[in-house]
Amino acid sequence: MSKVTFRIFRFDPANDPTPRYQEYEMPLEPGITLLNCLNKIKAEKDATLTYRMSCGSAICGSCAVRANGHAILSCKTQASELVKDGVIQLDPLGNTSVIRDLAVDLEPFWASIRKVKPWLMPDATDNPEKERLQSQEDYLKIDHATTCIMCGACWSDCNVLEVDKKFIGPAALAKAQRFIYDTRDVKTIDRLEEISEPHGVWDCTHCGECSTRCPTDARPLGRIEEIKQAAMAEGVHGNSGARHVLAFRETVGKRGLLDENYVPVRSVGFLNIPGLLGLMPVGLRMLWRGKNPPVIPHSVDKVEEVKKIYSRSEEFRK
Amino acid sequence: MKYALYTGCVAKGAGRELLAATNVACAKLGIELVEMTAAACCGAGVISEDNPMLADILNARTFAQAEEMGLPIMNICTTCQGVHRKAQIKLKKDPAYLERVNKELKEQTGLEYKGTVKVRHFYEVLLEEYGLDKLKSKITRPLNGYKVAAFYGCYAMRPHEYSDLQNPDNPDELEKIIIALGATPIDYAERLKCCGFPILMMNKTNAMKLTGNALIGAKGAGADAVVTPCPLCHLNLDAYQPEVENMNDVELKLPVLHIPQLVALALGASYEELRLKTHIVRPPAEIAG
Ligand code: SF4
Ligand code: SF4
Ligand code: FES
Repeated sequence: MSKVTFRIFRFDPANDPTPRYQEYEMPLEPGITLLNCLNKIKAEKDATLTYRMSCGSAICGSCAVRANGHAILSCKTQASELVKDGVIQLDPLGNTSVIRDLAVDLEPFWASIRKVKPWLMPDATDNPEKERLQSQEDYLKIDHATTCIMCGACWSDCNVLEVDKKFIGPAALAKAQRFIYDTRDVKTIDRLEEISEPHGVWDCTHCGECSTRCPTDARPLGRIEEIKQAAMAEGVHGNSGARHVLAFRETVGKRGLLDENYVPVRSVGFLNIPGLLGLMPVGLRMLWRGKNPPVIPHSVDKVEEVKKIYSRSEEFRK
Repeated sequence: MKYALYTGCVAKGAGRELLAATNVACAKLGIELVEMTAAACCGAGVISEDNPMLADILNARTFAQAEEMGLPIMNICTTCQGVHRKAQIKLKKDPAYLERVNKELKEQTGLEYKGTVKVRHFYEVLLEEYGLDKLKSKITRPLNGYKVAAFYGCYAMRPHEYSDLQNPDNPDELEKIIIALGATPIDYAERLKCCGFPILMMNKTNAMKLTGNALIGAKGAGADAVVTPCPLCHLNLDAYQPEVENMNDVELKLPVLHIPQLVALALGASYEELRLKTHIVRPPAEIAG
């Protein structure tokens, strides 16, 4: 068995002036998970190493860390898959503050989940004797989101959270989808309106980190798309994100291509004077360089085919 | 070698220098291109936020057009490439859905998507089909000493199942091309991050922070230029650079090149041919000297 070096982030904010990395060498037993490696290091080499764990079976969600810069669930990952030039580097989850070593403060993560009111709000006048039943078909609409184990891997690697601590974050959005699509919940429109506010669903930049890191089927980016689809279908359009979708769809339906002059203006809002002025410097700059999009936008050949497909749009929603 | 060139919207609009550079690079390489003038927008992951099936039908139409031409598709935009691959994978996984999509497509256009067309980005074509050795043999102006920071763009990598990169968590495809051209790749922390373009209209501050981090990171690591395979990243990194400078109180003046421009430079293309003067941050003239 060849030896592997575990290069692990160590920090005790109460006693250490700055974080450091500590290295532990260990042979990898075949089939060992990263979590079991941590357990071995703690049992055999250094009892002060601090990290979270409980179930060891990818259920409790407590053992997520960053390995080689990306969030993973350590009990679900084979250590051998992580070795790079003989080294596995471990860091605490990103977008958090460290309590000690690999254990982080997840309170902002939990606060984001609470914001989406993660409980069923059924029709108050309907008092069924037993439970509220759900068809298999209806259940499948929320099947993905319900698999979330609250591990925080998505939160750790989210690109928007890196620049904006107020962003609601991917796990809360997945949780919001779970209630927006629950056919027993009657607050769908209220939920869609709340999630469409600033720092909500339209602030996601589609970086795809959340779905890539998610160890379950919750895969937040897919749920984010579903929330947006519901917002569009239910007419929750009073924000720049929804207006952008409408403008985009409209111009492609007319010409087959995007009209880059029209979409920004409609997205910002025709009556939003400060917003429109904000578009001017870049517009003038591009004009000056001869880079601005053609004023009379170009259409694709056979654009009638595109229009015919568009004329059937409503059918496609069924 | 012959490809159906899918231009996407930006190369026909605010990024026309990308189309010019692609044509120059491919002519010099001996890759024949037939522009898909009847193909519609891929939807950029935006149309699907409203009507996913509409987006899938538009993309199936594009694929069917290329199948009729008997040619593989070459993309020059990472976003188009990612959206196309996602559509292909979705249609392949669900035969009943493919049938529904094809029924609509046939009724409205007479076309049918058979699921055979190969879709690749320009740089993937260079690596997988053309070959770096052949590329090297065509170089007339090696970019020696030029330090280039690759910026991949999210859709090239994530979610992983739609990526054709060998290791989407730590790709080196663009770096391999940079090295083949004689230039030096620069590593920096933001290499694989989002440029923020998708939220430019919704939260400009956040979009500018993301773009700013990438530019400042690349500059700090000593890059002479950034190269990207995504014209949307290019818009944010180049056209919005003055905003980024103001917001972060830094001077950057970091040229941002499209990957076909970088390749064409090493093949001896001129400043004019590559329309480098239309960049907001104009690269120094010596680069094409
Ligand atoms: S796709 Fe959106 S929510 Fe997911 S990690 Fe990226 S920015 Fe965050
Ligand atoms: S959505 Fe996935 S990555 Fe995020 S907390 Fe839930 S299980 Fe973890
Ligand atoms: S220890 Fe419970 S999920 Fe890993």
